[in-house]
Amino acid sequence: MIGLYSPGHSLLHRAPTLLKLAVLSIGVLWVGVLGEPWQLLVALGIVAALYLVAGVPARAAWQQIGPILWILLIAVPIQALFAGWVPAALMAGRLLTAVALAALFTLTTTVTAVLEGFQRLLRPFGRWVDADRVGLLVAITLRCIPLVAEIVTEVLEARRARGTQGSLLALAVPVVVRSLYAADAIGEALVARGLDD
Amino acid sequence: MSTIVFDGVSHSFGERSVLRDLNLTLTERRIGIVGANGSGKSTLVRLINGLITPDAGTVTVDGLLVAKNAREVRRRVGFIFTNPDNQIVMPTVEEDVAFSLRKRGLNTAEIAGRTQAALDRFGLAAHATHPAHRLSGGQKQLLALAAVLVGEPKVVVADEPTTLLDARNSRRIADLFRAMTQQVIVVTHQLDLLEDFDRVICVEDGAVVADGAPAVAIDAYRALLA
Repeated sequence: MIGLYSPGHSLLHRAPTLLKLAVLSIGVLWVGVLGEPWQLLVALGIVAALYLVAGVPARAAWQQIGPILWILLIAVPIQALFAGWVPAALMAGRLLTAVALAALFTLTTTVTAVLEGFQRLLRPFGRWVDADRVGLLVAITLRCIPLVAEIVTEVLEARRARGTQGSLLALAVPVVVRSLYAADAIGEALVARGLDD
Repeated sequence: MSTIVFDGVSHSFGERSVLRDLNLTLTERRIGIVGANGSGKSTLVRLINGLITPDAGTVTVDGLLVAKNAREVRRRVGFIFTNPDNQIVMPTVEEDVAFSLRKRGLNTAEIAGRTQAALDRFGLAAHATHPAHRLSGGQKQLLALAAVLVGEPKVVVADEPTTLLDARNSRRIADLFRAMTQQVIVVTHQLDLLEDFDRVICVEDGAVVADGAPAVAIDAYRALLA
């Protein structure tokens, strides 16, 4: 979700988030119970067709699905050795289809849409949960990932420049301290932007 | 223009007194605030939208007591921070601008329209769906400005908005401040930015030491630095 969204106006981009989420959940469950390799091939075919409908660039799709292939490269031979090739192929097919389907959701849904979906899901529980606040919490968490990553990079650079490589303390202390400072500043900015409720 | 009044304002952080018995009435269209690091200028501007509540004295914006009506005041007073990274809340550019418009009773189409207009104005339209953290420093500050101005504040307060920027980007931000129809209050070390301002206030050690036309106040500040 952090910059993974692939802009577009396809049917999949425009479909309601909650519908997509429901289809994704059912799809993953369905793939999990399929017992025949040919059924999985059909499922994979459907997912591939959905990618074409969404018009996701091949590179963006590969970035999402590529990493799982490395895991399969190790897991499939082991599974084959212990349980035979058919269960191994089924496992690989299930995993691949499920990951591809989940990635498709990520690629075609903006963070705002996901947040709105969450908020709508939580609304019936309004008495116990503040849906807006949960949404904001998720948004800020997502936003903080690149921010903290940047802090870690800078601290690592500083650590190298000062020749204190290898010291865990020289990494952990500045990262924590700077993260806390950043948290203070973000809190201040949130208040300034009218989020003091 | 809005009227911002500081009446007998004092503030300290623990033992350290940062502002002492400050009395100011700000009505000019463009006001610059200069002073050394730690002189109290950041605290001074944070009092305007209630990010800091003074230990003693009162601050009012158009007669509204900031300490009591913080939310209403913050809707009138937009605030730009030095580091835009702390100000950007949402993961993508357009989402961050739209974020300023939530809870204003606008429908999705109105929010989208205003967001688009703000992005166009600040030359960010091509980056609308990009992740905010991949923008350059200058673009991030433009995004922070867009996200503040889309809320149509009457006053824009900026705390060293160009300190992290290169010469070209700081000139761009300076030009935008000049073109704004809002009342503008800028804290800066970039003295040339203030040359055509209506009023410049020089703060030193928690008190106003010079206040008047840019030439006069900036000269006083330069004399302090020497």
